[in-house]
Amino acid sequence: MTLATEVPTDVEPVVPRSGLVRRFLRNPLGLLSTLVLLAVIVIAVVVPFLGLPDPNGVNLREANRAPGAAHLLGTDGSGRDIFSRIMWGTQVLLAGSGISLAISMAIGVATGLMAGYYGGWFDSVASWFNNLTMSLPGIVVLLAVTTVVGPNVYIAMATFGILLTPAFFRVVRGAVQAVRNELYVDAARVSGLSDARIIARHILTVVRAPVIIQAARVASIAISVQAGLELLGITDSTVPSWGNMLNEGFRKIALSPGLILWPSLAIGLVSMALILVGNALRDALEDRGHGTTRAVRLPARTAVEPSATPAPAHPANALLSVQNLKVAYGTGSGQKEVVHGVSLHVAPGEVLGLVGESGSGKTQTAFAVLGLLPEGGHVSDGSILFDGKELTALGTKDRTALRGTDIAYIPQEPMSNLDPAFRIGHQLTVPMRTRLGLSKADARSRALALLARVGIADPEKTFKSYPHEVSGGMAQRVLIAGAVSCNPRLLIADEPTTALDVTVQAEVLDLLRDLQRETGMAVVMVTHNFGVVADICDRVAVMQSGRLVEVDTVEKILTAPSQSYTQKLLDSMLEDGPARPYPFDDDDSAASPLKAKE
Amino acid sequence: MTIFLLRRLLSAVVLLVVVSFLARVLLYQGIGDVARNVLGESATEEQVALKNQELGLDQPLIVQYFDWLSNAISGDLGVSFFSSQSVWDTLLIRLPVTLSLVVVVTLLTGVVAFAVGIYAAVRKGWVDRTLQILATLGDALPPYIVALFLVTFFAIQQKIFPATGFIPLTESPAGWARTITLPVIALAIGGVAGVAQQVRSSTLGVLHHDYIRTVRSRGLSERRIILTSVLRNASTNGLTSLAVQVVGILGGAVFIEVLFALPGLGSLAVEAAFRTDLPLIVGVVLALMLIVVTVNLVVDILVAWLNPKVRLS
Repeated sequence: MTLATEVPTDVEPVVPRSGLVRRFLRNPLGLLSTLVLLAVIVIAVVVPFLGLPDPNGVNLREANRAPGAAHLLGTDGSGRDIFSRIMWGTQVLLAGSGISLAISMAIGVATGLMAGYYGGWFDSVASWFNNLTMSLPGIVVLLAVTTVVGPNVYIAMATFGILLTPAFFRVVRGAVQAVRNELYVDAARVSGLSDARIIARHILTVVRAPVIIQAARVASIAISVQAGLELLGITDSTVPSWGNMLNEGFRKIALSPGLILWPSLAIGLVSMALILVGNALRDALEDRGHGTTRAVRLPARTAVEPSATPAPAHPANALLSVQNLKVAYGTGSGQKEVVHGVSLHVAPGEVLGLVGESGSGKTQTAFAVLGLLPEGGHVSDGSILFDGKELTALGTKDRTALRGTDIAYIPQEPMSNLDPAFRIGHQLTVPMRTRLGLSKADARSRALALLARVGIADPEKTFKSYPHEVSGGMAQRVLIAGAVSCNPRLLIADEPTTALDVTVQAEVLDLLRDLQRETGMAVVMVTHNFGVVADICDRVAVMQSGRLVEVDTVEKILTAPSQSYTQKLLDSMLEDGPARPYPFDDDDSAASPLKAKE
Repeated sequence: MTIFLLRRLLSAVVLLVVVSFLARVLLYQGIGDVARNVLGESATEEQVALKNQELGLDQPLIVQYFDWLSNAISGDLGVSFFSSQSVWDTLLIRLPVTLSLVVVVTLLTGVVAFAVGIYAAVRKGWVDRTLQILATLGDALPPYIVALFLVTFFAIQQKIFPATGFIPLTESPAGWARTITLPVIALAIGGVAGVAQQVRSSTLGVLHHDYIRTVRSRGLSERRIILTSVLRNASTNGLTSLAVQVVGILGGAVFIEVLFALPGLGSLAVEAAFRTDLPLIVGVVLALMLIVVTVNLVVDILVAWLNPKVRLS
C-alpha cells in the first residue's frame, strides 16, 4: 500500500475504442467491484433511514457483546453497535476521500492539460512542483498540517488531495503531449478552432479513460490514508468512522482482538474494489484477457513427431539440410502456420541466398534453424539436420551448445542488437571465454584482432565503447565480429545490410564475402535484395508466403528464373533499368560481382 | 559522469532548501501567534513580545528563514517548544530506529522484488499468478492493517515476537532482529509486490529486445543471459520504482512506529503534531527529506552505473 504520494504511473494513454464498456462488464471481478462501490455509495445515502441503532449510543451494560440478533456484528467496549458504526462510517469515508479525489483531480487534470498542451515555462514549473510533491512522505506533511490546524480529518484530506495531484497531472500531461501534434489536432487548429474547443473535443476524449483509472487508484490511496489518520487520532473521535473503530480496536487489541476485524475488512474490501475496477478498466482498454499467464514450456523440449510421410532424403554432403520444415505460432485450434514445408540445404562453404518479400517466411526459417523463434513460435513439423544431427530432437542445452560455435547469427538492425548496458569489448569476449575457454587476456587480444579484421579503425577505442557511442555501420561490424568470433561453420545473416547506408552496405558485403572465403564457413544470406544475392551467393532459394518457390544457382535465377514470381521479384527491382540483365548500381556495372565471379 | 552526479546533487540540495523553506515559513505563518501558543492564554503582552524576540519571530520572514537555515547547517535546529530539549539531539536519538526499518525494508524489498519479478516474467505460471494477486492485495491493504493482524497473531496470541518496543542493534543484534521483524514485514508486503510488478513488466520488455536474441545466438546459457543482460537492463525501472517506494515506506513507518511503539522519527512526528511543537516537526520533516534525498541519490548513482545511457542525460 502506498501511503506517501506515490503515484501509479504505468497507465499508458490509450485512445478509447468502442465496446469498452462491454469488455469491462464482461470481466467478472470488475463488475463485482463496481457493484461493491455502488453499494457503499447507496449505504452512505440511505443509512439515516435504515433505523439502525445509534452508532454513538454508549451503553456499558451492552459492552463487548458477541454478534447476535440485537447486534448483528456485536458491540464494542462502550456497547456501541459495530454494524451500525460500519454502515455510518461510509459517510465519513466518502466525504473525506471524496474531498481528496475531487481536489487532486481538478488541479491535476487542469494543470496537466495546460502543461501538455502549451508546454513552455508552465510545463517546466508544474513538472518541477509535481516531482517535488512526489518526493514528500505524504503522511508527515499531513501531520505537519495537523500541527497548525489541529486534528481535523477533512482539512488533512483536502491537503492530501493537493499532494495527490501528480497522479492526474502526469497521466494527463503525457496523454496530451502524445496527441498534441497529431494531424487531426493540427487540422483543427488550422481550421481556426479555439484552444478551448480543441481541448474539449479532441484532447479530453483521449485523457478520459486514463483519468478514470487513476481516479480509482487515487481513491483507494485516499481511503487508506484517511483511515490511517483516524487510527492515529487525527479526527473528531465522536464521529463513527472506520479509522476510529480501528483506533479503538488497537487500544484494546490485547483484550478484544476481534474489534479490528470489521473495520479492517471494510477498508480492505473498498480499497480492493477500487483497485480491481481500475485494473479491469485498464485491461478493457488494452483489450487483453485476464489470466493471460500460462506456464512457459521451455522451447525445444517438445521434440517434433517424425513426419508421417517418409522422411525425404537429406543430401549426403550437406552441412545443413532442412526438409519439409513447418513453423507455427500458438497451440491447438489457435495455431497459425507461417512456414508451410520448406526444404533446402547448404553445403560446407556454400553461400545460399534466402530471398523473398517481407512476410515470405524467410526470417522464420532462419530463426527455426537457429532455434531462436520468437515466443509462441515452434517447429511444428519437418526435420533440420545439421552436420548429421537432428536439431529438432535436441534439448535446450544441446541446442544452446551449437549456437555460436557451429551456427552463428548476424542480425538486421545493428543498433538494437547490441546490449546497451555493456561495453562492446565485454560483449565480444564473454562468448569466447565461455564457449572457447579462452583466458581473459587471450579473449581480449582476439577481440581486438577481430575488430581490426572487420575494418574498425581504432579497435582499442571501440573495445571500450558502449553501443550508443558507435555508428550503425560500426555496430554492424561489431556484430559480424561477434558472429565469427567462435569460428562457426554456418553463418546465418538476416538482412545484414538492409539497415545501413548505401556506401556502408557495399563495404559490409565485401567484408562478409572476404570472411566467408577466409574461413570457408557456409552462409545462409536472408535478403530481399537481388543485388546482395548477385554479390555474394552461390545458390538462391526464393520464398513466397511461407513456401519455397524455386531453388537454383544464382546465374539461373538472375538470368532465367523458372517461376513467374521470381521474375516479378526481379522486375520490381529493375523498374528503372529494364535493359540491364541484373540489378546493379548504375555506376558499378564495370565491377559487377557476377563478372568477378566468372 | 561527474557532471551527472553534480547535477543530481544540486537538485537534491535545491529540493531540501525548498522543502525546508516551505515547512518553516508555512508552519510558523499558519499557526499565527506562535509565542502566545507557546506561553498559553494567560501570558501578558510583554511576555509574548519578549518570547517573539527570543524566537526571532519579530524579524521579516526571509531573515527568519536564513537565520534558521544557517543554524541548521551548523547543527542547531532550535529547541523543542514542549520539552526544551535540543531538536538535533532528539532527532539523533530517534533516527536509528527509523533507519533500521527503512534500510532493512528497502533492501528486502529490492532483493525479493527483483527475484520474484524476474522469475514471474521468465517462467510465468503460478508464481506470476500469485504475484498478480499479491500485488492487488498489497495495493489494497494498508500497512497498518497488516500490522494489526500481525500483532494479533504473532505477538498477542502466539507470543513469538514482541508486540511493542525496540532494542538497538548495538545492544543486542538478536533482540534488534526480534523487535523489527513484524514491523518490517508489515511495511515490506505492499512494496515488494509493487516493485516486483515493475520488475516483471520491464523484464518482459527486455526479453523482447533484439539484443537478447543476438546474445542467445552466441550460445550463452539462458541462466547466464537472465542474470546479466536481462537483469542489468531491467534494473533501471525496478530501481526507480524502489526509490519511489521508499517515500511510501517512510510514510508507512509513521503508522508502524506508532502501532509497535517504536521510538523513531515517525512516532516523533505524531507526538510533535499533537503538541504543536513547531521546531520539532520542522526537524522531523527535514530529517525524513534527507533520507528520501539520500536514497534517490544512491539509486541515481546505481542506475547510472548500470545503464551507461543515463549518464548522458
